[in-house]
Amino acid sequence: MFYIFCPYCGEHREEEEFHPKGQAHISRPEDPEATSDEEWGDYLFFRDNPRGVHHELWVHAVGCRKFFNITRHTVSYEILEVYKMGEQPSITAENYAAQQGAASADKERNASQAKHQEGVRA
Amino acid sequence: MSQPNRLKTGGRVDRSRQLTFTFNGQRYQGHPGDTLASALLANGVDIVNRSFKYSRPRGIVAAGAEEPNGIVQLGSTEAGQVPNVRATQQALYQDLSARSTNGWPNVQRDLMGLVGKLGGQFMPPGFYYKTFMAPASMWLTYEKYIRKAAGLGRSPTENDPDIYDHRHQHCDVLVVGAGPAGLSAALAAGRAGARVILVDEQEEMGGSLLSSRESIDDAPATTWVEKVLKELSELEHVTLMPRTTANGYHDHNFVTLHERCTEHLADLAPRAGGRRQVRSRMHRVRAGQVVLASGAHERPLVYAGNDVPGNMLAGAVSTYIRRYGVAPGNRLVLSTSNDDGYRSALDWAEAGREVVAIADARQNPDGELVEQARAKGIQIIAGSAVIEARGDKRVAAAKVAKIDIEGFKVTGPVEELACDTIASSGGFSPVVHLASHTGSRPTWNEELLGFMPSPVKGMTPTGGAHGVYALGQVIADGFKAGSAAGEACGFERQDASLPKVDERREGAAVALYQVPHQKATLRGPKQFVDMQNDVTAAAIELATREGFESIEHVKRYTAMGFGTDQGKLGNINGMAIAARCLGRTIPEVGTTVFRPNYTPVSFGAIVGRHCGELFDPERYTAMHQWHVENGAEFEDVGQWKRPWYFPRTVNGKTETMHEAVARECSAVREKVGILDASTLGKIDIQGPDAREFLGRVYTNKWAKLAPGRVRYGLMCKDDGMVFDDGTTSCLAENHFLMTTSTGGAATVLEWLEIWHQTEWPELDVYFNSVTDHWATMTVTGPEARKLMAELTDIDLDKDSFKFMDWREGKVAGVPARVFRISFTGELAYEINVQANYAMHVWKKLFAHGDKYGLTPYGTETMHVLRAEKGFIIAGQDTDGSVTPEDLGMHWAIGYDKPNSWIGKRALTRPDTKRTDRKQMVGLKPKDPSVVLEEGAQIVFDPNHAIPMPMKGHVTSSYYSPTLQSGFALAVVMGGHQKMGETVYLPMVDGQVHEAEIVSPIFLDPKGERQNV
Ligand SMILES: [Zn+2]
Repeated sequence: MFYIFCPYCGEHREEEEFHPKGQAHISRPEDPEATSDEEWGDYLFFRDNPRGVHHELWVHAVGCRKFFNITRHTVSYEILEVYKMGEQPSITAENYAAQQGAASADKERNASQAKHQEGVRA
Repeated sequence: MSQPNRLKTGGRVDRSRQLTFTFNGQRYQGHPGDTLASALLANGVDIVNRSFKYSRPRGIVAAGAEEPNGIVQLGSTEAGQVPNVRATQQALYQDLSARSTNGWPNVQRDLMGLVGKLGGQFMPPGFYYKTFMAPASMWLTYEKYIRKAAGLGRSPTENDPDIYDHRHQHCDVLVVGAGPAGLSAALAAGRAGARVILVDEQEEMGGSLLSSRESIDDAPATTWVEKVLKELSELEHVTLMPRTTANGYHDHNFVTLHERCTEHLADLAPRAGGRRQVRSRMHRVRAGQVVLASGAHERPLVYAGNDVPGNMLAGAVSTYIRRYGVAPGNRLVLSTSNDDGYRSALDWAEAGREVVAIADARQNPDGELVEQARAKGIQIIAGSAVIEARGDKRVAAAKVAKIDIEGFKVTGPVEELACDTIASSGGFSPVVHLASHTGSRPTWNEELLGFMPSPVKGMTPTGGAHGVYALGQVIADGFKAGSAAGEACGFERQDASLPKVDERREGAAVALYQVPHQKATLRGPKQFVDMQNDVTAAAIELATREGFESIEHVKRYTAMGFGTDQGKLGNINGMAIAARCLGRTIPEVGTTVFRPNYTPVSFGAIVGRHCGELFDPERYTAMHQWHVENGAEFEDVGQWKRPWYFPRTVNGKTETMHEAVARECSAVREKVGILDASTLGKIDIQGPDAREFLGRVYTNKWAKLAPGRVRYGLMCKDDGMVFDDGTTSCLAENHFLMTTSTGGAATVLEWLEIWHQTEWPELDVYFNSVTDHWATMTVTGPEARKLMAELTDIDLDKDSFKFMDWREGKVAGVPARVFRISFTGELAYEINVQANYAMHVWKKLFAHGDKYGLTPYGTETMHVLRAEKGFIIAGQDTDGSVTPEDLGMHWAIGYDKPNSWIGKRALTRPDTKRTDRKQMVGLKPKDPSVVLEEGAQIVFDPNHAIPMPMKGHVTSSYYSPTLQSGFALAVVMGGHQKMGETVYLPMVDGQVHEAEIVSPIFLDPKGERQNV
């Protein structure tokens, strides 16, 4: 049972109010007719399943009905960041790994601080 | 004699009051403050159960949640039956009635035990594993046997009259466990001003302090408990919850608490103020911080015959003496690997009973408690252990011998000491269950000889759960954890003013799990590891020999840690044995993980009020009451209650569904019928780009739909598969009303939103659900126009208000939108009015409709009528693998639209272009009386050997009173090119139906009837 911060409502709400909608940042090809069958198949059917940092699309289904993105750790289920549509994540698999390696001393303190920083506008 | 084992003084029971209870039909006495277990021990009841597999007599071993044997069936009435209650956790109340869960015909003279230990032979290690690999039919044989022999508890056959509750709560700091660490943590966080919930599973808060020998601030430990509880109860933001078990620890500090509100009072919740009280309550708590002060469980030693009644945990012996005033025997032998075990011997001696000897596995025991024992003149046999307990229904003697732990062998002569009780202590295991619920794996600590909780965000383990055992340190550690938790929630750090606790000099413990015996484990007498599941050391050794190396596999192979026990006593000993057999260390064998729930939770508590009429919300249309009054049978469509059909009763005879549907169908085809269609999803779409948006989400064209016009639309996902359909009306240039299937209403709205918000945010368009705002009634049939004409000011002329037009006006005097759309194939008017006017309009229609034969019809007739016309129901005739082409709906596909609407690209993928895809057709059974089964598989060659190639299946099938024949819609491979061909439908009973492939439009193929 996640505890999710809706960036539009500005509040933490229970998971029951939200629906997960799969991997975030899957954009529909600009000109679908120009794609090859393989490219179109990739867009339709292929998704990442990482162990670690993952960006997901969620909707505040019985709240404000807004879609937004969650960066979630698929092992600890920790929500590292939430950000609005059209924004880019500030935490990615790459910089998260680097940060974890570097700041092992601060690790525990960091982990105990609830972090819900706004994403960086693209 | 009453309560032979009850001590004259001491303990926290109220000796001034007597409680009478029955166990296995026998009457006994106890006192308020007793648990069922302490009362049974006070009465000298040795055998509380028969073991699951070997049918061996078993007695009480522990004093808390870790008890493996004292599992009882509670309840004096059928409705009040509760299975799998631990006698050690059940408070005694007047007239409590309990029975052993296992034991047939009774625990004293157990038949199963006599039948040559059938169980043992029948259920070797790997029993479950091998059974599930065996032919399925064998399971039935086994299961009958197991259930009869093992009991496993039973659920009541009558309805539970009790009520249960759920409560959702938030707090800053949730402290789990109210022993010394938890009390101290709650104090620190509470003083800081944090909202604290302190839960404890026992009747009384205080944990180990309730039976402690130690003093705090030069007073008994219980005095400190009382003082702390008083301070906590005076703090406004602190909630104290005794009798409450934290059973599950879930993501993001979500903890489920199970509060037993009246289970200590009676079988069924007593009434208060004329109302039945809540029996138990599930709290769903979202905590800022969790302080895990769940303590530690003592590990028993694993020796031969360690399951004979009279073998107990050392700590439990102390608890029964000090907290309950019960000495569970007369002559004690203690086998220990550490100082702590000595407490039981000291308590035993102080209770005036004889301590025969202490077998200490250490060569040179020298701690303070050891000295106290020596001072009392108790015989201490160093470097030794109890290697075997003798006795049948009760311990009669302990065999003690010198042992070599490293070499795993007995090194000296075996001495047999007469006794009736053997206490054992192998050290402590932190209770890491909750911490591991979240998926964090406990890590082995070699120094503490136990698994420690791994870090979980927002959780701090403290005290015993943190591997801190010395009382003074426990209180300090708890305070630190509570203060830190408060600080993490934004409260100020608290300076500790810790009470004075004398430091106790403690000798080092040795690592001892399984005690060696003169005979090898596989040949010697049984040494039990998991008593609830009857898993022996030999079984684990056998598992490792059969190649199971991971502890997870060993567990599944032997069933260790299964059931309600969840390995509380046995897991670590089992791992140690596996490690010994494999020549590895414990952490190399694996770690121990636990799943929710920590202890069994009754279904009532899980369900709460979500049962009976509150199980699921029911949605009613505005005309529901009329349907009820007119005898409708209802069908559940999602949460909606829709009239299914309206059976009539003539001369005392009520129509069958078949008869009612035939009558309703004829009424629509010949006169006029009316359907409550309010449940259809309705989405109001507005904005300058609304029309553009529709063009992108529907497969067909919307650019030219004028205000006043309606169009059928088909929606695909981007894989080209149909997922919903409905009509959309143009209300104004920038304003549309979309309808969806009843079940698809919420899904379609979310679908529109996701495309708008994620792909096309530049489109200026807004969506809103108006399903509940508008009630919809469909008036349909040849007489529909005449009836409408009596009630509306709208011009109904067939040339000015054409098929697929809509008009605004008044119906029965109220504002209405009337749509000429038809789901029956007949002339039809769909009237939409504000929901609160709907009943009035509905009744007016009937007031005027009688002379036209106006007949209400339900969903069953609606289905027959629409299927006769080949109109699909998305989700019934489609299943996410059907394209518009497969449905034969080329006319609804706008290949030449300027945009690449959702689903278009996929329709030119090789797979969607295959000509042998399953395509929508009609099926006409050769025998008109046959109604094909929905879901029935279609084959082309009924003589083909089984397995026959399946070529399609029936999606909708009914009897048509109009066609006087069964008929069906189906999907058949390449079906569009197979008109007139015969297909076959082999049924389970061996019958093979024949049917002809026909057009899915069975009636009025040109659609003339709806156009009149
Ligand atoms: Zn929101």
